[in-house]
Amino acid sequence: MNAPTTPTSLERAEKLQGMGCKRKRVEDVRFTQGRGNYVDDIKLPGMLHGDFHRSSHPHARILKIDTSKAKAVPGVVAVLTAEDLKGVNLAWMPTLAGDVQMVLADGKVLFQNQEIAFVVATDRYIAADAADLVEVEYEALPVVVDPFKAMDADAPVLREDIKDKTDGAHGPRKHYNHIFNWQVGDKDLTDAAFVKAEVTTKDLLVYQRVHPCPLETCQCVVSFSKITGEITIYGTFQAPHVIRTVVALISGLPEQKIHVISPDIGGGFGNKVGAYPGYICAAVASIVTGVPVKWVEDRIENLSTTSFARDYHMTTEIAATRDGRVTGLRVNILADHGAFDACADPSKWPAGFANIVTGSYDFPVAHLSVDGVYTNKAPGGVAYRCSFRVTEVAYAIERAMDIMAQKLGIDPVDFRVKNFIKREQFPYQSALGWEYDSGDYHTAMQKALDVTGYRQLRAEQKAKQEAFKRGETREIMGIGVAFFTEIVGAGPSKNCDILGIAMFDSAEIRIHPTGRVLGRMGSKSQGQGHETTWAQIIATEIGIPADDIAIEEGNTDTAPYGLGTYGSRSTPVAGAAIAMAARKIKAKAQMIAAYLLEVHEGDLEWDVDRFRVKGNPEQFKTMAQLAWAAYNKVPPGMEPGLEAVSYYDPPNMTYPFGAYICVMDIDVDTGVHKVRRFYALDDCGTRINPMIIEGQVHGGLTEGYGIAMGQEIAYDEDGNVKGASLMDYFLPTAVETPHWETDYTVTPSPHHPIGAKGVGESPNVGSVPCFANAVNDAFKFLGSTHIAMPHDAYRVWQVAENLGLHR
Amino acid sequence: MSKSNVSMTVNGKAVSAEVESRVLLIHYLRENLGLTGPHIGCETSHCGACTVDIDGKSVKACTIFAVQAEGANILTIEGMAGADGKLHVLQEAFREMHGLQCGYCTPGMITRAHRLLEENPNPTDAEIRMGISGNLCRCTGYQNIVKAIQYAAAKINGVEYKEAAE
Amino acid sequence: MIPGTFDYHRPANISDAIVLLSRLDSDARVIAGGHSLIPMMKLRLAAPSHLVDLAGIPELKGVRLEGSDIIVGAMTTQHEIIANDLLAAHIPILRETSTVIADPQVRYVGTIGGNVANGDPGNDMPALMMALDATYVLSGPKGDRRIAARDYYEGPYTTAARPGEILTAIRIPAPPKPHGYAYEKLKRKVGDYATAAAAVILTVANGKIATCSIGLTNVADTALFAKDAAQAVIGTALDKASLAKASAGAEAITSPAADGRGSAEYRTKMAGVMTARALSRAFARASV
Repeated sequence: MNAPTTPTSLERAEKLQGMGCKRKRVEDVRFTQGRGNYVDDIKLPGMLHGDFHRSSHPHARILKIDTSKAKAVPGVVAVLTAEDLKGVNLAWMPTLAGDVQMVLADGKVLFQNQEIAFVVATDRYIAADAADLVEVEYEALPVVVDPFKAMDADAPVLREDIKDKTDGAHGPRKHYNHIFNWQVGDKDLTDAAFVKAEVTTKDLLVYQRVHPCPLETCQCVVSFSKITGEITIYGTFQAPHVIRTVVALISGLPEQKIHVISPDIGGGFGNKVGAYPGYICAAVASIVTGVPVKWVEDRIENLSTTSFARDYHMTTEIAATRDGRVTGLRVNILADHGAFDACADPSKWPAGFANIVTGSYDFPVAHLSVDGVYTNKAPGGVAYRCSFRVTEVAYAIERAMDIMAQKLGIDPVDFRVKNFIKREQFPYQSALGWEYDSGDYHTAMQKALDVTGYRQLRAEQKAKQEAFKRGETREIMGIGVAFFTEIVGAGPSKNCDILGIAMFDSAEIRIHPTGRVLGRMGSKSQGQGHETTWAQIIATEIGIPADDIAIEEGNTDTAPYGLGTYGSRSTPVAGAAIAMAARKIKAKAQMIAAYLLEVHEGDLEWDVDRFRVKGNPEQFKTMAQLAWAAYNKVPPGMEPGLEAVSYYDPPNMTYPFGAYICVMDIDVDTGVHKVRRFYALDDCGTRINPMIIEGQVHGGLTEGYGIAMGQEIAYDEDGNVKGASLMDYFLPTAVETPHWETDYTVTPSPHHPIGAKGVGESPNVGSVPCFANAVNDAFKFLGSTHIAMPHDAYRVWQVAENLGLHR
Repeated sequence: MSKSNVSMTVNGKAVSAEVESRVLLIHYLRENLGLTGPHIGCETSHCGACTVDIDGKSVKACTIFAVQAEGANILTIEGMAGADGKLHVLQEAFREMHGLQCGYCTPGMITRAHRLLEENPNPTDAEIRMGISGNLCRCTGYQNIVKAIQYAAAKINGVEYKEAAE
Repeated sequence: MIPGTFDYHRPANISDAIVLLSRLDSDARVIAGGHSLIPMMKLRLAAPSHLVDLAGIPELKGVRLEGSDIIVGAMTTQHEIIANDLLAAHIPILRETSTVIADPQVRYVGTIGGNVANGDPGNDMPALMMALDATYVLSGPKGDRRIAARDYYEGPYTTAARPGEILTAIRIPAPPKPHGYAYEKLKRKVGDYATAAAAVILTVANGKIATCSIGLTNVADTALFAKDAAQAVIGTALDKASLAKASAGAEAITSPAADGRGSAEYRTKMAGVMTARALSRAFARASV
């Protein structure tokens, strides 16, 4: 007899397009047709445009602001200054780091291009004309641009508003330009380890100021209704709910009347987490005029005034035995925060998670001290795929390990492997207070060595060095190695909060009667593909095809409260909430199935998309059937419907890791480099969509390449910002960008419901030290020990010049 | 004159308006015509997010005044799919090969790729990289964009797509 | 991002353009491809009250042979130069240079006239025109005149063009066949101005360099004609010593600005390196 063919488990699983498969992206349908919905696409009736007049001075008293000529331009509706904002108590706003920041210059300006006046006009051309006509009288003040001079006894006072405050948000301040000191680890034990160490290294490792530079700048459209008192804010917000709560706190508007919507966002990379003066000014302008106001910054404004990244000056010391065992780590960091501490860190962490500086290595003792200072530069610090300062300290430890390896005469890979945290040591308590969840470093490193043929590369390098010495070639070869462990998934409520709100995240999943699904999450994708991947998690968990699952993010009215997407936290936290909510649904569905099939719940087993009776597989109910039943045939006493909400407070952070190897050739006569090969092995635990992971890695590696090899937002000694346009800021094109080889191992996170760790920032964390180590490695045989970033051709040439290679 | 009448054809449709001379084509397309596909990513003509196709040439619409495009035949991303809604092979290829993430560079990138393949139907990977060097992307690292364009080229030429080792 | 206001004019022929320029305010500017001028206007570093668009003038386009000279219309785009068979056959260094100017979109619109006319020391074509001993044809209210590229550049954005004159064509004597050529441009990325660049045209007879001319880009207030550097290699088989002398000769005449791409010292040294590399490539080409 011919039985009806039931698709096999495998066939049904494939149809789900669930976790692990390279599901094509849902978002692409609209993006490839130019039908994304970005903030500047929004056009509301009566909408006005806002534009800033900005300071030409880096540090000056404002003697006079004359807005009369600007106001006289036909089409100009208003020109706001700090005086106008004081009337609504918004001339200053709180930052996420416990500081306050001027929205519009109040009495003085503290960095070049700081906002002074906000012009509101009927179109953006008129607003630009009028912004040019604002006249400002300045009294120039001496500037502070060197963070090492910020705390000199005779340093100019920058923050007159807190000049006499000896206590800051993070404890005592040692100087009027000091922000905080943050320390962790055992100072005495660490100092002792250094005193008795056989070998020590000490180096000032500087991670230069850079900027995330997403292709879409920061922008918003704010629409206040005088009739209803409701305010709707469309904006480039990576954390829309946080913005809503901040607006409620600073404006006094009731939170239920504040509607924050993040539509499609053209890249975030941490640039779009905090609030900017443009958002506040647009909101005030809309409240005052009662019509929508749009603010769109241009690129120079974006690069020179919104959240910069890094500017960490890290004195890094390693203590080791002569045969290569590390015995101590001591790091002192000077953090240049610019004019205001606007870092988007969790509130108790003024230096982010810098205490991951122990990296992948088993340091028995360590001590970290971070001092933040003010300077006459743009405010910020935490951005650019940094996982809260992880990029900075990963650079420090990976450079320092290389420097120590060189001093000991040990191969940099062998030195690392010798000091790796071993698999059996996980969960691992680091000397600086973190519990690393899982890792298998030896396997990952070995795979990297095998695939790249590392030992043969070292042999080739040796031969090339000899050829160089003989004058047969003017090219030197470097092999860069980085083995990073990073920390993401902020975070457990015991550790992490933003302005007092714990850093959980959320998912709400609802199944409709016809078995289709709507999921809403507290995260907010800016290109990470959540509409695609969140559906994959749900598909696998509850057995409904991903194509039948719609995902929404970004509308604070409908999405459950979330802390947003940055710091690679979405998969670890929102992803976990999705799995938990899905499991609640599955549990309810199981009860309905048992009721319908007239068995006990324990008699049922789950098979891809259905519950079936154990030993009697023809007796089953698919999730789709159960969805229908949930609306009309639930067991007595059970509520109808099939939906669940989960707010997930993670028990721990997650710790992705990776092994990166770079082969680079350098022309010593020009300083020009060529990346011959770049291999990146990432372990992010369970992999939801390998295609998307690979894309994230490509993107992060490319950002890291730009950072290591040329990006810099610099200030001259007079405080003028340099390199803040795309003419100078190094964004590699497809021609300069190397080819990337990606690989992986899978070491699941033991505490995460699906074992996933997050991956978005790992490539920026690992690639920058890998490139830097490659450049440094090339010059080692000529006596060089540390070369600072960025490694643009001029600087590399200068190294060669100083080593006498051009004679 | 500081205001002129300008007429052009955009995505097959004749349009005309009176505009200030200084209105950039990108603003004319986005604000006057509501074609918000091409995007603005910089003001120094580097990023290429605004790339459109004018009389068979890839042009950065932010670096040309609308009045300069008098009489021109312009194609934007919105005009690439067929009238029946069938996607252009490049639009399918970018999705197939994961050649986009945030989508912001995508309209300009696809519009440029279209002209690139018209110039050179069988480009090598290096020629593609040169060909899109006027379009910046911050998300993808370009690698899958190159694959997408190769995939589209293969489809247009009626051959099987083979991933070349770069 | 937003330029100031201006009046827009689009004359149909050269004489109308000249009349317009003579009648309008002195800050009226011609616009060719616009990819130097419009970015400056968007940053409000340039604010002409009138723009005279040359795009509507057919006589400014085209490439033709006149005897042993090639005449290139000023409004010929970089893209058209790359595609032009006449130029590829007679002056192949033009295609090589155009290919490293800006990016594909800019090359579709940017013109050779725009690249040579306004004295921007960062532009690539002026050094080439000096090396090729090209002549610029200028048309103005007093009629047409010609001036050698080697005599045209006076300082940054300062040229021998008189107010109201328009550069309408470039006359280039076709280099002898066969000849060696190379444009060696050191740049950080596609789209950048040169950190330093060298253009070399040379001929070889009996294994020795018979004629040589060298132009340098972006290492002084104007493009440079490196006479001494070229002299250093004439009569030689381009051995190590003469290459070193040529590099030194190039370095000696540079006075570059320090900027984001490097110090003045670095750019001077790179002028030397680019000169040596361009000479080597040109010599190899000529010796085929």
